[in-house]
Amino acid sequence: MRNSHRTQNIAFFFLLLATLLIIIPVGLIVVVIIQKGLPAINWQFVSDIPRQGMRTGGIFPAIVGTFYLVSGAILFALPIGLLAAIYLSEYAKENLLTRIIKLAIVNLAGVPSVVYGLFGLALFVVFLKFGASILAGSLTLGIMILPVIITTSREALESVPQSFREVSLSLGASKWQTIRHIVLPNAIPGILTGTILGLGRAAGETAPILFTVAAFYLPRLPKSIFDQAMALPYHLYVISTQVPNVDEKIRYGTAFVLLTLVLFMNLVAIIIRTKFRKKKKW
Amino acid sequence: MRKLKEFIIEKLILICGLASIFFVVLIFLFLLKEGLAVFKTVGPFKFLFGKSWYPISEPAQLGILPLIFGSLLVTLGAAIISIPVGVGCAVYIAEIAPAKIKEILKAGIELLAAIPSVVLGFVGMITLVPLVKSVFHLPTGLTALSGSIMLAFMAMPTIVSVAEDALYSVPKTYKEGALALGATHWQTIWRVMLPASSSGILAAVMLGIGRVIGETMAVMMITGNAAVMPNSILVPVRTLTATIAAEMGEAVVGSEHYFALFAIGIVLFIISFAINVTADLFLHKRQ
Repeated sequence: MRNSHRTQNIAFFFLLLATLLIIIPVGLIVVVIIQKGLPAINWQFVSDIPRQGMRTGGIFPAIVGTFYLVSGAILFALPIGLLAAIYLSEYAKENLLTRIIKLAIVNLAGVPSVVYGLFGLALFVVFLKFGASILAGSLTLGIMILPVIITTSREALESVPQSFREVSLSLGASKWQTIRHIVLPNAIPGILTGTILGLGRAAGETAPILFTVAAFYLPRLPKSIFDQAMALPYHLYVISTQVPNVDEKIRYGTAFVLLTLVLFMNLVAIIIRTKFRKKKKW
Repeated sequence: MRKLKEFIIEKLILICGLASIFFVVLIFLFLLKEGLAVFKTVGPFKFLFGKSWYPISEPAQLGILPLIFGSLLVTLGAAIISIPVGVGCAVYIAEIAPAKIKEILKAGIELLAAIPSVVLGFVGMITLVPLVKSVFHLPTGLTALSGSIMLAFMAMPTIVSVAEDALYSVPKTYKEGALALGATHWQTIWRVMLPASSSGILAAVMLGIGRVIGETMAVMMITGNAAVMPNSILVPVRTLTATIAAEMGEAVVGSEHYFALFAIGIVLFIISFAINVTADLFLHKRQ
């Protein structure tokens, strides 16, 4: 008996160790980037164009580019993703087609990000002749975040109790009226969470935009959706590996802005989710 | 009028429901359209098993075996690290951690999942790469090992969250039965919980590995990008993904090189498809 308890203590120690091996580095990464990146942040850094071959100046065009790309991606992915989620939660029956749709979503989520880049290049840039442009990049990112939006929205819709639908239908509302006026309003926080998570994902990805939109160095703002643009993650990649002798401060500063942006979105999503859980009436 | 409007809306919903299938097929078709052309210049066998990748020499040598080995080596290293650590962490979170700490740990894992891969690559370049260099006295720290460590870390959120779900889905009665028979908590976990959730944990591992094989930016930044056959884990390697990302910018649209990079994309797509379908089968077996 004593022996088995000693085994248990040893086992639990190793399990704790495994957990700490993940959690501590995560904490350290965030702390280091904040500690070294924060001093680089000032008004000039976030509002000026990069200067002297990106060794001084700011990252304003990259921030704007990322903003455009993320907005474009969500404009494309949210309507399609939401309707797809409504289909799965309200219309789909337990049959082969539904099974295949779910499998397709899983696969879409698993396609390597660089393969999305290839796809975007082949379809949007070359075949549809959009060229390397904000439009091509946004659509590529949009398809990439589709699974995130579908999955979270579907969960939100399915968590609305069946009785809500039944009451509405029994009062004579049609199926669509029930979805539109009863199911959707009750699922909004969950859909919002999914949308924000999708935004965060789109903002941080580099590989899908490499050949579809990202400009190495473009010291002016894009004028139309057919222009190339700089983007934060690609800019971080460029100044970390492609341009020699960039001040470490600028690298950390860029990493800080990108990380803050992405984590802020995730934080908002988590807050909405927690608040909603507490307020839930059913 | 209302009937017509609802008819249109419901058809629209159906179309969007089918969109995922449409996009998966579309991705595959466009990869095929651009990638298959490479087999006019190099046979499929020579492409997959050719030992030299010199895409811009004259004549171009388009053998991706070094890249496949690069990906395999890095993935294997990452799997060896991430499977025990990831599953261990999942067990700790699901079974041992007190409720409050559990929430903090889960938030930490979510945080890791949210960090963009280019940021992790950047941090790896600055911290991990010099560390590997000095520990093993190497000329460069940009090695397969550095890549493995970084990728192991990036596979963790997937492994932990899927394995944790698998553990939660084990019926409570199993655990209570084992404890009632006098087993310790650990014996219950080891002999009952883990075997009962094995297919879910297997799926977790596979999805984690899928994530590793497809990862691009971090790997490109810290593995050194040498497209030669690796003979140890302490040399620079280049993976399939990094090759596409690093070379597509320079490849001329419609050239052999361009087609070859798309053909690598086909290989990656098929690998990820196989992994996801199998993992999905395991997950459904459980239910």
